[in-house]
Amino acid sequence: MSVLPYPLLSASLLLMWMTLNSFSIGHFVLGSIIALFASWAMAALRPHRPRIRRWHLLPQLLGIVLYDIIRSNIAVVSIILTGRTTRRKSDFLTIHLDLKDTTALAILAVILTATPGSAWLEYNSVDGTLLMHVLDLVDDDAWTDLVKNRYEKLLMEIFE
Amino acid sequence: MNHAAELPLWAAIAVAAFLVMGAALALIGAIGFFRLATFYERLHAPTLGTSWGTGGVVMASMIFFTMIGGRPVIHEILIGIFISITTPVTLMLLARAALYRDRAENDPLVPPSVASSNFPPADESKS
Amino acid sequence: MSVTILYWALTATHVMLSIAMALAVFRMIRGPRAQDRVLGLDTLYVNSMLLLVTFGIGSGRTIYFEAALIIGMLGFVATVALAKFLMRGEVIE
Repeated sequence: MSVLPYPLLSASLLLMWMTLNSFSIGHFVLGSIIALFASWAMAALRPHRPRIRRWHLLPQLLGIVLYDIIRSNIAVVSIILTGRTTRRKSDFLTIHLDLKDTTALAILAVILTATPGSAWLEYNSVDGTLLMHVLDLVDDDAWTDLVKNRYEKLLMEIFE
Repeated sequence: MNHAAELPLWAAIAVAAFLVMGAALALIGAIGFFRLATFYERLHAPTLGTSWGTGGVVMASMIFFTMIGGRPVIHEILIGIFISITTPVTLMLLARAALYRDRAENDPLVPPSVASSNFPPADESKS
Repeated sequence: MSVTILYWALTATHVMLSIAMALAVFRMIRGPRAQDRVLGLDTLYVNSMLLLVTFGIGSGRTIYFEAALIIGMLGFVATVALAKFLMRGEVIE
């Protein structure tokens, strides 16, 4: 077992400690000790270690997600305020995913659920079937295309 | 409100705009949560308040305390990060609980399970 | 001038967030199913957390931030436990 099993976790814990308290030498030392012990405790649990292959694509993913959240915020606000109930059809949607990495799947689930207008419901890891619910389902193919080409392709490039 | 007297005008306008935007999004989310017809539709409404609703209020608080204190105050961003990570988890768990309960009652509107394990027999009492 | 702008923005924010909390409470009472009530509780605590952050801007103290953080954490744990309860009928398996 190495001294620092999860460098990213330790760094973010230290950063969180210093934002909560203050950016000083004393809190840097204290936060480092806490982050070190926390990463040892995490290593004792032996979780699946995520492997990020292409770091430079992460900002692109973040930008796409923030832009899509703003766009779907506006769409859902207009649905709620205009009270469209007759033309709007909200329904379940089944998508076949090729993504296998568990960390990437978790990130995809968080992206889809955090975006207003779509929610991740169920996933079968054996055949890769995803059941999701969409608030304004105009076109099945458009949503499948969004998930497959906009998010899944990028996540596969980053993690696989 | 005397502590805000030395706040420059542009900062006050920015803080006010972010505050009103965030609170309006949270309110619209709650209105949608109140008005939409089925549970699975209502599931989408609170994410308005937790995505850019929280983002707006947190951004206003960060600008305000940074301008008042004269040094960068960014600890509010922890609330934003925390909420944006936890909300999808709670919504997914709630959605799966709702699917489980609806299937246990043989609700015709809910699609069959995509999970490979067999679904347990319906023996739960209602609500 | 900036005090006036902030005062009215904060008042509007408080009113809007209070209405949002009232709507969440109404959904909690009306239901119709248990999952609607749990989702109402979730919406209620998120809105009360935002209200506490705006109280912090109004008073200029950072103590409200800590209260908001604690509400966020406890609300998350409570909702997860309730969702787990709805799925299985028991929290500790």
